[in-house]
Amino acid sequence: MKTPKFTYHAPRTVAEALDLLAEHDADGKVLAGGQSLIPVMAMRLASPAHLVDINHLTDELGGLHVDAEGAHVGALVRHSRLESDAATARAVPLVGQALRHVAHPTIRNRGTTVGSLAHADPSAEMPTVLTLLGGHVVARSVRGERAIEAADFFVGPMESCLAYDELAVSALFPAPVGRFGTAFDEITRRHGDYALCGAGVVATLDEAEQLTSLKVSLVSISDLPEVIDLTDLVQGTAYDEVDHDVVAQRVRDVVDPAADIHASADFRRHLAFVLTRRLTREAAERALAASPDAADASAPSPRTAGAPS
Amino acid sequence: MTSTHQPTETGEQRASVRVRVNGVPRGLDLPVRRTLCDALRQDLELTGTHVGCEHGVCGACTVLLDGEPVRSCLMLAVSADGHDVTTVEGLTEADGSLSPTQQAFVDCHGLQCGFCTPGFLTTISAFVRDNPEPTPEEAREAIGGNLCRCTGYQNIVASVLRAAEITRERAADSGADVGTGTDTEEDAR
Repeated sequence: MKTPKFTYHAPRTVAEALDLLAEHDADGKVLAGGQSLIPVMAMRLASPAHLVDINHLTDELGGLHVDAEGAHVGALVRHSRLESDAATARAVPLVGQALRHVAHPTIRNRGTTVGSLAHADPSAEMPTVLTLLGGHVVARSVRGERAIEAADFFVGPMESCLAYDELAVSALFPAPVGRFGTAFDEITRRHGDYALCGAGVVATLDEAEQLTSLKVSLVSISDLPEVIDLTDLVQGTAYDEVDHDVVAQRVRDVVDPAADIHASADFRRHLAFVLTRRLTREAAERALAASPDAADASAPSPRTAGAPS
Repeated sequence: MTSTHQPTETGEQRASVRVRVNGVPRGLDLPVRRTLCDALRQDLELTGTHVGCEHGVCGACTVLLDGEPVRSCLMLAVSADGHDVTTVEGLTEADGSLSPTQQAFVDCHGLQCGFCTPGFLTTISAFVRDNPEPTPEEAREAIGGNLCRCTGYQNIVASVLRAAEITRERAADSGADVGTGTDTEEDAR
């Protein structure tokens, strides 16, 4: 299994990279971490004529900073760096909760989070996280720069709306507002495998400890990441009086997963139910533990570590 | 810095790459599509790095890139330009003795056929460096990305814990050198 022949480019500036992408149009492809692209090429599922390796552009694309908006993640930020970033864990704990499920630690040392978004795999965790949080991807080309909302960014399985000449330079994972809690888990045949079903949840509470919103988004269930808004079932209900069976039943009713060799559609619906029931409770409890005053005071919960699949 | 040449008559573009392998600077001239694992094995004849699945699943080809474990089958050799690579051949101590992780595999019978071992050794070496006191659960998580088709996982998990133990013992033995020396140890000498 060797990749087909290609012409290799190692630009020294983003401007140079954008010129190359514009010049080669549909024949060009960006190489970042390569943890998906290299095997896809080795299996001859893709054979771009020109590879534009952006790994030298750490000065321009290696930025990771967290502000009131959330975590701004540069295109060369590896999963492992984002996973261990304390400021991200405080502001947007869902990011780290999900990253722990992305492949294995060794893959996370090389793979980039923005690259995973651009790859747009329906079995990948980070597109779901970006969509659930209502984030966006910043794309740049010789024509200019634009921010693309997550809801518009993913257009099909393994397909984003990035144009051939565009480079995804960063992504914003917004910090949930107010008194919030998040949870993420997935069920796999073996640890580190693609999820049969995964789920992320964001819950918010008011000062009276009543839920003000509850949203879930699933992995490996639909071609595109979707947000299932469960707020109407729980709004104004005290956090400990929520009927999580009813909440999870709603999710089971609305999803329409495909069957494949790994799991039947019914089994996936069941997994979506089980994960939702477990994670909506967990997210609500974390929201309760969070300080009512400020979101930035909510320390990452130690319970998020090493959650079994 | 990478310098690439025009494609030859075979259509194969080549590049010059400078990479430091196990502490030694090496210059390579190779096809741009050559993976790091193939460059290590074919161009540098360091055949300790094993090639298993060639798509990032098995972990046999794991090497340390600037000290962090990566899959050498999922990385182009040209992308390693200017970086440090440590292979299983580079794990031994300066005096040629076995590293803590290597010694742990001997102590715990951590290998059977040995095919997967280079990937485990590199992965675990970085892990115990960063986590000197791992729990059994953390040890399992650390090697979750490495497959052993002999299925000798129990002994490999034991080897992770033993490697951490040896690392701590050696740090204690070197005493004041690493700032962990105590009066008791001084007296013992």
